[in-house]
Amino acid sequence: MIRFQNIHKSYLVAGKDVPALAGIDFEIAAGEVFGIIGHSGAGKSTLVRLINLLERPTQGQVLIDGRDITALPDAGLRDLRRGIGMIFQHFNLLSSKTVAENVAFPLKLAGLRDAPAIKARVAALLARVGLTEHADKYPAQLSGGQKQRVGIARALATEPSILLCDEATSALDPQTTRSVLRLLAEINRELGLTIVIITHEMDVVRTVCDRVAVLDAGRVVELGPVAEVFLHPQHPTTRRFVLEAEHVDEGEQVDDYAHVPGRVVRLTFKGDATYAPVLGDVARNTGIDFSILAGRIDRIKESPYGQLTVAFTGDGVDAALQQLAARRITVEVLRP
Amino acid sequence: MNQLFVNIDWAEIWTATLDTLAMLGGSLLFTVLLGLPLGVLLFLTARRQMLEQPLLFGVLSFVANVVRSIPFVILIILMIPVTVLITGTSLGVAGAIPTLVVGATPFFARLVETALREVDRGIVEATQAMGASTRQIVLHALLPEALPGIVAAVTVTAITLVSYTAMSGVIGGGGLGDLAIRYGYQRYQTDVMIVTVVLLVVLVQGLQMLGDRLVVHFSRK
Ligand SMILES: Nc1ncnc2c1ncn2[C@@H]1O[C@H](COP(=O)(O)OP(=O)(O)OP(=O)(O)O)[C@@H](O)[C@H]1O
Ligand SMILES: [Mg+2]
Repeated sequence: MIRFQNIHKSYLVAGKDVPALAGIDFEIAAGEVFGIIGHSGAGKSTLVRLINLLERPTQGQVLIDGRDITALPDAGLRDLRRGIGMIFQHFNLLSSKTVAENVAFPLKLAGLRDAPAIKARVAALLARVGLTEHADKYPAQLSGGQKQRVGIARALATEPSILLCDEATSALDPQTTRSVLRLLAEINRELGLTIVIITHEMDVVRTVCDRVAVLDAGRVVELGPVAEVFLHPQHPTTRRFVLEAEHVDEGEQVDDYAHVPGRVVRLTFKGDATYAPVLGDVARNTGIDFSILAGRIDRIKESPYGQLTVAFTGDGVDAALQQLAARRITVEVLRP
Repeated sequence: MNQLFVNIDWAEIWTATLDTLAMLGGSLLFTVLLGLPLGVLLFLTARRQMLEQPLLFGVLSFVANVVRSIPFVILIILMIPVTVLITGTSLGVAGAIPTLVVGATPFFARLVETALREVDRGIVEATQAMGASTRQIVLHALLPEALPGIVAAVTVTAITLVSYTAMSGVIGGGGLGDLAIRYGYQRYQTDVMIVTVVLLVVLVQGLQMLGDRLVVHFSRK
C-alpha cells in the first residue's frame, strides 16, 4: 500500500519556488492497477517519482506499507528501490548491454553472483515478455514495443511488489500500446503486483486501470474507480479527457440535437445490462419511441459498458425513465 | 635512394622512433590512469549531478583550465625541477614523461567529462531506480555507456601526445622530434627532417585509424 500524506513539492527555478505538487493526499491499494492522468506539466512524473524517491517531497510523507520512506537512510533506500520496478517512456535501456544483460542488470546490482541462477531467471523473464529469441541482441536492434518489453522484464527482475510506469506507452503506436498494456494487466493478475501508471491518454486508463486519479496543476481533482470517473466525470479537466478519448469536440454535442424532437437523455449501461435488450423492452412496455443520437459500447478493463445518447418521444417518457433507472441504468437528462 | 638521403642514419632513426613510442606509451598510460578518475570526478561534482560539490568542482575545473592554457613549451620549462625530483633527470624518455602527463591529463579529463555528459540522463535514472549506489552507477552504467566516447578521447589524447613528444625534443627529450630539430633544423639536413615528419604522420594516421575502429567496435547504437 502506498500512501501520500499531504505532499507538497516545489522546484527552485531562477531563485523562485515553483510548486509542482500542492497538497497530495491519497492512497494506492496493494495489488491494484492505479492510473494517474493529467496534462503535460500537471505533476504526474513528479508524483510517481516520489514513490521511489527519485524526487523528495518538499513537505509531507510517502508511506509504503505504513513505513515513512522519506526517513530511510541511504542503504534502506537502495533496498526499497530494489522492491520497486520502474519503466520509462524512452525505455532507458543500457545500449552497451544485450537484452539478456539488461534484464540481468538489476540482479547484478543487487549483488547476485550465482551465474546459473541469474541465467535461469533472465530466461524466465524473457519468456514472460515474449523475447526469448532476442536475448543476445542489443537494444538498438529492437523495435519500440520490444524495447519496452525488455524494460518490463528488467523491472520485474528483482521481484518487486510495485511497478511504476511513467508514460510507458507514449512512444508506441496504438497496436503496440495495446499489447504492452495487455502484458501489464497479465502481470498484475498473475503476480499480484501493484502497478502505478502515469499517462495523458484516457484510453490507457480505460484499458488497464482499476482506479484513477486526475491530476491538474499539482492537485488531485478527481479520484475513483475508472468506470465511475470515466462515465460520470465531474471536474472540467476530467470531462476534457473523456471527450478527447471519444474524439468528440466539446460543444459539438448538444447543438447537433437542436432539431431533434423529444427529450434527450444519456443512458449509461454497466456490466451485463450492456448486452441486454433493455431499451427495446422498455419502449414496448411504455409505448414510447426512441432514436439513438450517439453512443458507444466498449470495455473498461474487463467489464463492458455502454453509453447512449437517446431522444425519447411519446407520452410514457417519464415511466420509461423510471423503468430504466430500476434496471440500474444511469439516466442523465441532457435536454428536458 | 642513398643519394637522396645522404645524411640519414637509419639506426638512429630507429632508436628515435622507439623513444617516441616509449614516451607516447608511458605518458598515455599515466594520462589515462590519472585523467579518467579526474574526469569522472569533474562529471560527478558538477551542478545537478550525483555528488554535486560546487567548491571541489570549481577548484578542479580551474586547475584543469590553467594547465590547459599554458603553452606546452612553457610547461616543459616550468616542469624541469619537478621532473628532476620525480625521475632524477630532465632528459631522455624518462625525463619527458612527467611533463607529457601533466600537459595531457587535464585535456583528457575534460574529454572524459564530456563523454560522460553525453550519456542519457534517463539511463542514470533507471539505474538509480534499481537501487544502485553512485559507485555502481559509475562503474556499471556510466563508464560502459560512455566507452565509445572515452576511446575517442584516448585517441585524440594520444595524437596530441605525439605532437607534445615532438616538442619535448626542444629540450632534449629524445625521440623523432628531437632528431628533426637537431639535424633538420640546426644542421640544415632537410632529408632527416622529412623522414621524421613522415614517420610522425604515419604514427598519427595509425593511431586515428586504430581509435576509429575501436570506437565502431564498442558502439552499439
Ligand atoms: N527538475 C525540475 N526543475 C524545475 N522544475 C521542474 C523540474 N521537474 C519538473 N518541473 C516542473 O514541475 C511541473 C511538473 O512536472 P512533471 O514532470 O511532474 O509533469 P508531468 O505531468 O510529468 O508532465 P509531462 O506529461 O510533460 O511529462 C512542471 O511545471 C515542470 O516544469
Ligand atoms: Mg512526465
